[in-house]
Amino acid sequence: MALRRILIANRGEIALRVIRTCRALGVETVLAASEADLDSLPARMADRTVCIGPARPADSYLRADTIVQAALGVKADAIHPGYGFLSERVSLARLCEQEGVIFIGPTSAQIEAAGDKLRARAEAEAAGVPTAPGGAVRTLDEAMQLGREIGVPLLIKAVGGGGGRGMKRVDRLEDLPAAMELAAAEASAAFGDARVYLEGFVTRGRHVEVQILGDGNGRIIHLGERDCSVQRRYQKLIEETPAPGLSAEFRRGIHAAAVQFAQRLGYRSAGTVEFLVDLDRGAFYFLEMNARIQVEHPITEAVTGVDIVAEQIAISEDRGLRLNQEDLKREGCALECRLNAEDPARDFYPSPGTIRAAVWPTGEGVRVDTHVMAGARIPPYYDSLMAKIVVHAADRAKAIESMARALAETRIEGVATNLPFHAEVLADPEFREGGVDTSYLSRFLERRRQPQEIRAHG
Amino acid sequence: MTLTAKDVAEILRLLESSNFDSLSLEMNGLKLNLQRGAAVTVRQPDAAAPSPQPKVELQPQPAQPAARKAAPPSEAGLAEVASPLLGIFYRAPKPGEPPFVEVGSKVAEDTVVGIIEVMKLMNTVRAGVRGEVAQILAENGALVEYGEILLRVRPGA
Repeated sequence: MALRRILIANRGEIALRVIRTCRALGVETVLAASEADLDSLPARMADRTVCIGPARPADSYLRADTIVQAALGVKADAIHPGYGFLSERVSLARLCEQEGVIFIGPTSAQIEAAGDKLRARAEAEAAGVPTAPGGAVRTLDEAMQLGREIGVPLLIKAVGGGGGRGMKRVDRLEDLPAAMELAAAEASAAFGDARVYLEGFVTRGRHVEVQILGDGNGRIIHLGERDCSVQRRYQKLIEETPAPGLSAEFRRGIHAAAVQFAQRLGYRSAGTVEFLVDLDRGAFYFLEMNARIQVEHPITEAVTGVDIVAEQIAISEDRGLRLNQEDLKREGCALECRLNAEDPARDFYPSPGTIRAAVWPTGEGVRVDTHVMAGARIPPYYDSLMAKIVVHAADRAKAIESMARALAETRIEGVATNLPFHAEVLADPEFREGGVDTSYLSRFLERRRQPQEIRAHG
Repeated sequence: MTLTAKDVAEILRLLESSNFDSLSLEMNGLKLNLQRGAAVTVRQPDAAAPSPQPKVELQPQPAQPAARKAAPPSEAGLAEVASPLLGIFYRAPKPGEPPFVEVGSKVAEDTVVGIIEVMKLMNTVRAGVRGEVAQILAENGALVEYGEILLRVRPGA
């Protein structure tokens, strides 16, 4: 069935991103917006906007019943959930299934399988995908026994966590009982699920993820990997594809593992399988699966030429996968910098406000996904992502040069941003060399602080 | 010196019938700013606050954002009953039954004026103001948005 009208249950740049593809396809859009976003750029670009509630996400963007009621009320065929908010909540996908509204994403059962991190781990093992040493523990005795087998350092992970949330590091085995108790209590409070499991801690790791597409009938293709190791407190800041410095064999292995995992779930729509690359052991482990479109999807689009949102829509229309693995070529290198309204000088504290002026870079191989223009407000209720600056060039060195130029062209007035910080990272020799691990950025920040302290002490 | 709601309504009527678009009034430390063509909210001074200059301000609300559905124009002094939720608006408790209110019905603050259905959950909407129903804007069985004006009430006893 061809989709005629799609309700977009999101805001900001991703809402605009989805509207763009819908326009290209001739699909009508209805934006479900909170009161705070009624005069946003996506609200102006959508064919229609409905106000779903007050600014607070719990009263608007996180209300599955209101979203589905809005879709029924405006006679939308389908809902695109974007990322964040309700995109990976079983409640919205299930309500859509019950009400006969197409959910542009995986089935509710697949979201459930990916969302329960222990279940996902078990599925990975069953699919023959490597996982970090570890597993479920029901009692303290079991935990101590498993802890001795794996050895320290250890991670206690919440079954309901993910994306860096709900983890606790243990460096001495004797600290394990107390840490287990605390982790279970915190997991119960944060995720409503006290279950935890253990995994060996990877001291030097890189975050490499694989973009996949599935038709829901067992056919899966991958669109290559992305390296997202430049992170601060698990918040990705710069992403790139291809992941630098991996052998062709290693790359093939990680792609195949992602496809195997998605095949095991019979996965439908776009998704990402995340891996931790252990630099000391030269191995990779399954981390989790993100059952949604991701923030950093444009770099994959840049090197493959595939419009991932258009593929999501085609899959929802039961047109299956329109691409064969053999036909997919990945050309050159793409980089993405996430521009956030946050102040690096004040420990990256969010900096909401009104944009006085916004100048975005243009030119060959430059793409900016943003909802921000002069006069736009960055409300304090939502995340601080303002724009994704994406460049595509023949190789990594040229992409870095192109990004440096693009950042220099960018000008934002009215709120503090991490724009100058991005420029510093791009100029850093360690980043330029490529293949940094996930603790790189905290080391970089430490190095950056030191000269100032030396000056301060004379 | 106090300014009652009745006084403000009287001044509003004066402004409405005049050729002026705004009015500023200052007397005995009181300040009143009125502007035509905007809904008004009355902020009462806090009696407990030791403010040397008691102030009553009538602030025009910011203009409705571009995307919000425009309601038909209102006459002065009518109170608006806005939808507390997005959902399907029903004027009667059940199909075939008489509506909760009609134009001319007397309402009190807690009078039910309609129902909003969100995924088979019925939420009652109350008038929130005492008076007489002057206009009914929302259609029975139609989708109403959060904040959309359902009906207007002429305040009074």
